[in-house]
Order: sequence, then structure tokens, then C-alpha cells
Amino acid sequence: MNNWDWSAVADFMPAFWDGLLVTLQVLVLGSLLSFSLGLVWAIGYRGPRWVRWPVNLFTEFIRNTPLLVQLFFFFFVLPEWGVQAPALTTGTLAIGLHYSTYTAQVYRAGIDAVPAGQWEAATALSLPASRTWFAVILPQAIRRIVPALGNYVISMLKDTPLLMAIGVLEMLQQARLASAHSFQYAEPLTVVGVAFILIAYPASLLMRALERRLVR
Amino acid sequence: MSADPTPNELIRFDNVTKRFGDNTVLDNLCFSVRTGKHVTLIGPSGSGKTTILRLLMTLVKPDEGVIRVNGGQLFPAGEKEVRQVRKNIGMVFQQFNLFPHMNVLRNVTEAPVRVLGMPKDEAAERAKGLLDLVGLSDKHDVKPTQLSGGQQQRVAIARALAMRPQVLLLDEVTSALDPELVAGVLDVLRDIARTTDITMLCVTHEMNFARDISDDVLMFDAGRVIESGSPEKIFTDPEHERTREFLGAVL
Repeated sequence: MNNWDWSAVADFMPAFWDGLLVTLQVLVLGSLLSFSLGLVWAIGYRGPRWVRWPVNLFTEFIRNTPLLVQLFFFFFVLPEWGVQAPALTTGTLAIGLHYSTYTAQVYRAGIDAVPAGQWEAATALSLPASRTWFAVILPQAIRRIVPALGNYVISMLKDTPLLMAIGVLEMLQQARLASAHSFQYAEPLTVVGVAFILIAYPASLLMRALERRLVR
Repeated sequence: MSADPTPNELIRFDNVTKRFGDNTVLDNLCFSVRTGKHVTLIGPSGSGKTTILRLLMTLVKPDEGVIRVNGGQLFPAGEKEVRQVRKNIGMVFQQFNLFPHMNVLRNVTEAPVRVLGMPKDEAAERAKGLLDLVGLSDKHDVKPTQLSGGQQQRVAIARALAMRPQVLLLDEVTSALDPELVAGVLDVLRDIARTTDITMLCVTHEMNFARDISDDVLMFDAGRVIESGSPEKIFTDPEHERTREFLGAVL
């Protein structure tokens, strides 16, 4: 490649590590949020009509509008209503919420795949609802959906650059700032691209291995 | 609404109707079962036998009628009363329905610990006793999928008994088994019928077994009891034409 400048790479590295840390932070917290909220939605889908309806409406709405719109909405509109948070917090919550509507679908499929007889056995033993969910149904459902959930984590990783739109200093934002400063675009952007591959590809291999082990 | 239950009446259906869509599975059904009796429900498939067990286990709700168990009301009733009354009832299913991710011992101890609040070691001791009873004392740590169908069904029997139910519902418990495994399960049930005072309601196609363990046999057709009596009476000298036809076809 023409004019590849290793010193530009070296100059970018401190900012890159900061950006990587932010990206990973968003990814980990966002994933945890999407796993737990998604489970809440999925249990809501099985609830009585007055629970099922609003949950369905809300998750369909979030799932069918772009994450970028939601980011702007949370960052620029909510403060007008008095709800204000730093960009990093807002971004993490938004991406976690957005992805929870996808993980909810995954949970739902996993829960639907548990045979009706398991629910019936739990009823026949008078197990309380909480025990039925957490000791009987979910352990069987989640085993099968771990790979699918993992794939959404990888998707989320690739969506984290959207957070630069509200000024979160994740990897791409750091690269953009460094480039604007030095006018050397290739090096920082290449470093960021390589970083995504280095995280995402092994992760997807791991998910495929898990799939072979857990889903039979 | 209905007459006072006679003293040792444990289960009573009054005018119970159950429909699935346009199909009336139980039609204004009335019958009762006294404490400690072993009652077998026979009849052609689709005649509503299994629905009776599923109503008692609260897996389905009737459209009309009253169901009482042990002085409490199972339908119509609030959530709390249903819970209370249902604890008296245990069920063994055609497809076993063991929890596949729990080992055999945990399958049997889960409900006593979580529902009855029994201490874990006491529940484990009792579970081991019950697994001895069903002939599986060497399988405590095994997952259900590693067992034969007959062994799984015997675990399911132990699991149901662990809740000390007054009533045990047996829903075609040998229908999913390979023929050579049927006898082992039926022997266990004969044993339980002989040595305990548990009330049994049994839906089965094993007529010899029905004859062995039953105090009463109820013959169902099209959602109604068309004939009932001792097994000797029903199997050797049935009154109803439909009963004769049915027994002629299965015996």
C-alpha cells in the first residue's frame, strides 16, 4: 500500500485502546441488558392478554425502527422531558434495549420448543410459576439458544460504531478524531477494522462450536 | 347446586361439560370416587377418559359443572383454592414427562423440597425409598434420557408419589412403552395398589391390569358413563351393548 505510515499507527494506539475499552464496555453491558430484558419480554409473551399485548406492541415498535433513530431520540428528545444521562450510558441502554427485542424472539423460540408435557408435569407437581420457569422451562430452553444469543452479541458488536452518532468515544469515533487531527485516514481505520475482525471472527467460531455441542 | 357429598367421597363431578370447539368431550357428566378406591376408566378413544384426568390435574378447565376433591372445590374456584386442592393429586403421564436436565433423584425431590418445603436430606431419603420401591435404587445420579422407557415411567411414578398425593391419576401409562417393558411398570403399580391406601384413577387399555387392580370400572362412551360396576361384572357380564362391543374389540 502507498504511503502506509507505521508511525501514524503508533500515534493512534493510545486512543485506540481507550476506544476498544469503551466498545467492550458497551458490548458487555449492552449484552447483559439485552439478555435480561429479552427474557422479561419473552415471559411477557406467555402472560395474560393485558401483559402480552403491550409487550408485543412495544417490542415490535422497537424492533422495527432503526437503532440510530432510537439513539437520537434517547439522546436529544428524552432530555427535553427531563430524562438526561451521559452519552455512554444512553448509548448502552439504547443498544441493550434494541437488541432485547431480538433476544426476546430467540427466547420465545427456545421456550416454544420445550414440550408441553414439561409444563404439564410442573403443574401436576404444583410447582410455583417461578420454579416452573427457572428450574424446568428455561434451563431446557436456554441450552438450545445459547448460539443464537451469541450471534446477536456479534451483531451488536458490529453496531457499536453507531454510538459515535451521539458522541460516544468508541473505536470508530477515536479513529475519526485521530484522522481529523492528522489527515491520515487509512491507518486508524485499518486498525479499527482489524480489531473488529479479531473479535468477531473467533467469537463466531466459538458460537459454531457451541452450536454443535448444545443443539442436537 | 348439588347434594352433600357422602362421608368418604373423595372426588365428585357434578354436571361437568367440556367442549373442544364443536366437539363435546364430556356431556353433563356426574360421577364420584370414594377414598381408597381404584377406579379404571375404559372406553373407545375420544370418549373423554383422559379429559377427566386432565380436568382433575387442572391441565384443562371444564366449560360447566362442579368438580370437588377432598371437600375442596377444584372448579369453579380461585387460584389459591385450586393450588390447595391440587396438592392432593398426582399424575403419571403417557409420555413420562420427566425433567430431562435433572438427574433421577432430583426429579423426585424437586417438588417435595420446593412445594412442601421438605428439608433436602429428608426429601432425598424419601426419594431413595421410593426409587427402591420402583426398582431403581442404582439409578439415582443418572439422567432420564439414559433410562429405558419403562425405567423412566417408574421414575415418574416415584416422582408423583413423592408428593404424598391422596389421588394418583394414571393416564395410559404403558401406551408409549415397548411391549417387553409394560409388565415391569404394571407390577410396580399393582404393588402400590395393594400396599397403600392411595386412591387411583386409571385410564388404560391393559384390560388384565384393569381387572386386577380395580374396585370399580367405568365404561365411557361419547362423554358419558354408560355402565359401571365391579370388574367381574363389567368384564364377564356387561349389560350395555356398547360395552360388549368395546370389550369384544380389545380383549
